[in-house]
Amino acid sequence: MISVRNVHKSFGSQVVLDGVTLDIEPGKTTAIVGPSGVGKSVLLKLIMGIMTPDKGEIFIEGENMTAARSESRKNHIRRSLGVLFQTAALFDSLTIYDNIAFPLVERNGLGAARAHQKVLDIAESLSLIEYLHNFPEQVSIGIRKRVGMARALITEPKVVLVDEPNTGLDPLDGQEVYDLINACKSQWGFTGLVISHELPEVFQVSDRVAMILGGRIISEGTPSEMIASPDAAVQQFLNGRTDGPIKIQ
Amino acid sequence: MNVVSSTQQVGSFVIDTTEQWGRSWIFLLRTVAALIKPPFRPYLYMVQILQIGVNSMLVIGLIGLFTGAVLAVQGEYTLAKFGATAYTGPAVALSLIRELGPVLTALMVIGRAGSAVTAEIGIMRITEQIDALRSMAVDPIKYLMAPRLAAGIVAMPLLCCMFNVVGIFGGYAVAVGLLGLSPGTFMSQIVSSVGLVDVYSGFIKATVFGLIFGWVACYKGYTCGFGAQGVNKATTQSVVTASVAVLIVDYFLTSVLTRVFMK
Ligand SMILES: Nc1ncnc2c1ncn2[C@@H]1O[C@H](COP(=O)(O)OP(=O)(O)O)[C@@H](O)[C@H]1O
Ligand SMILES: [Mg+2]
Repeated sequence: MISVRNVHKSFGSQVVLDGVTLDIEPGKTTAIVGPSGVGKSVLLKLIMGIMTPDKGEIFIEGENMTAARSESRKNHIRRSLGVLFQTAALFDSLTIYDNIAFPLVERNGLGAARAHQKVLDIAESLSLIEYLHNFPEQVSIGIRKRVGMARALITEPKVVLVDEPNTGLDPLDGQEVYDLINACKSQWGFTGLVISHELPEVFQVSDRVAMILGGRIISEGTPSEMIASPDAAVQQFLNGRTDGPIKIQ
Repeated sequence: MNVVSSTQQVGSFVIDTTEQWGRSWIFLLRTVAALIKPPFRPYLYMVQILQIGVNSMLVIGLIGLFTGAVLAVQGEYTLAKFGATAYTGPAVALSLIRELGPVLTALMVIGRAGSAVTAEIGIMRITEQIDALRSMAVDPIKYLMAPRLAAGIVAMPLLCCMFNVVGIFGGYAVAVGLLGLSPGTFMSQIVSSVGLVDVYSGFIKATVFGLIFGWVACYKGYTCGFGAQGVNKATTQSVVTASVAVLIVDYFLTSVLTRVFMK
């Protein structure tokens, strides 16, 4: 589980996160939603420990990521995490096979022979067998996302983070990524954190939803509680209206 | 333009520059530390030596050949004024080994491979591949930067040796084949006037230039800004910074090495 305690983050004079507090319940999937540019990806990077908050703390599976001074301590905590990036972030000099094997071989130091069966197993589950010898640029973005998911799941992380599951995808590919998240969730049973500005589509993978605006969490609950929320900003965002408390830049 | 805002501009320029310097030195130290800490991944080093070193051989050979040839023509022309064309061989060899070999090799490798290294790492940065490495607990400094820095340090002196040998051959071909110098004189004068100190100082220079190449190319890629524009800027800056640094460092190194080896 993940616990975010009063996290602040600014870039120069631009305040992005201004006291975010949030608990991600174990075994459930929480979606963090909000308009573009509110700092959702920044929050994700803080959780991964690749950015450091100005103030506040983040706990992952009970371990304090923000207090981890050394990179090796952070790396230890990162072992609980699997991440699916917005554009999959596959290594384009490696084949899809090597991309999936990467965390096993390069991080866990597993020999190629021992990694082999695990790669085949996960590629089988995610229907990737036929693409294993291709390079990332040779396959569609939908497949790349599936490869990214395989790479995230192969080390059996306790927590899976997903940044914008369907940016750059057409509606069919986008739907496929949501189905993928649900299927993986039921097979591997991780705690999920999904970041998205796509409402209401993201509700289908979410047990809980938190909306972020003005650097804070302004609403938190189940998808149906969110739909019924009296908050004007939540309603404006849900219904995609241009008039309301959210200023369009 | 008032006094306050111009003072502010000068101040922020000084602070930014100092910060950049500090960051780039920390980056270099971290990369060197990563070089000596296990796990080692020899395969990654091989790939970089192939890309930075082996793949530069053709172009280095080509410019080496013509540099040697033009030095022979110029040397013979100048020396003829003193009736000393017998020294064309040493003129070619010393210019190459002490100065032009290391400098031209460095400039060529920076233009060819430095821009490629910066662009590759910069693109990895903007497409979140570097974030992905870190999220998977793999240190990008160790995985990406250390092999490139090491390959620069290893490949540069070797390429420089090749440049010198091919260059002397080019000088020989022109001096003996076209200008009618005696082959025996050309070679024997080289043997008697080029000392080991000349070879050492050229070798030291090339090694330092290899370090500058790897350091600047990796640092500029690693700190690349957003988007295609960011990669564009980083690549240009990388080539310009490394080339200027090589020429400046060359002057000081030459002065110091000449002093040291003269004793
Ligand atoms: N490394 C950075 N340096 C400076 N500003 C940044 C950086 N990363 C993000 N920002 C700024 O933080 C804000 C939030 O960005 P982001 O988290 O990517 O938004 P989103 O919610 O769409 O994912 C943006 O205004 C962005 O410009
Ligand atoms: Mg984002």
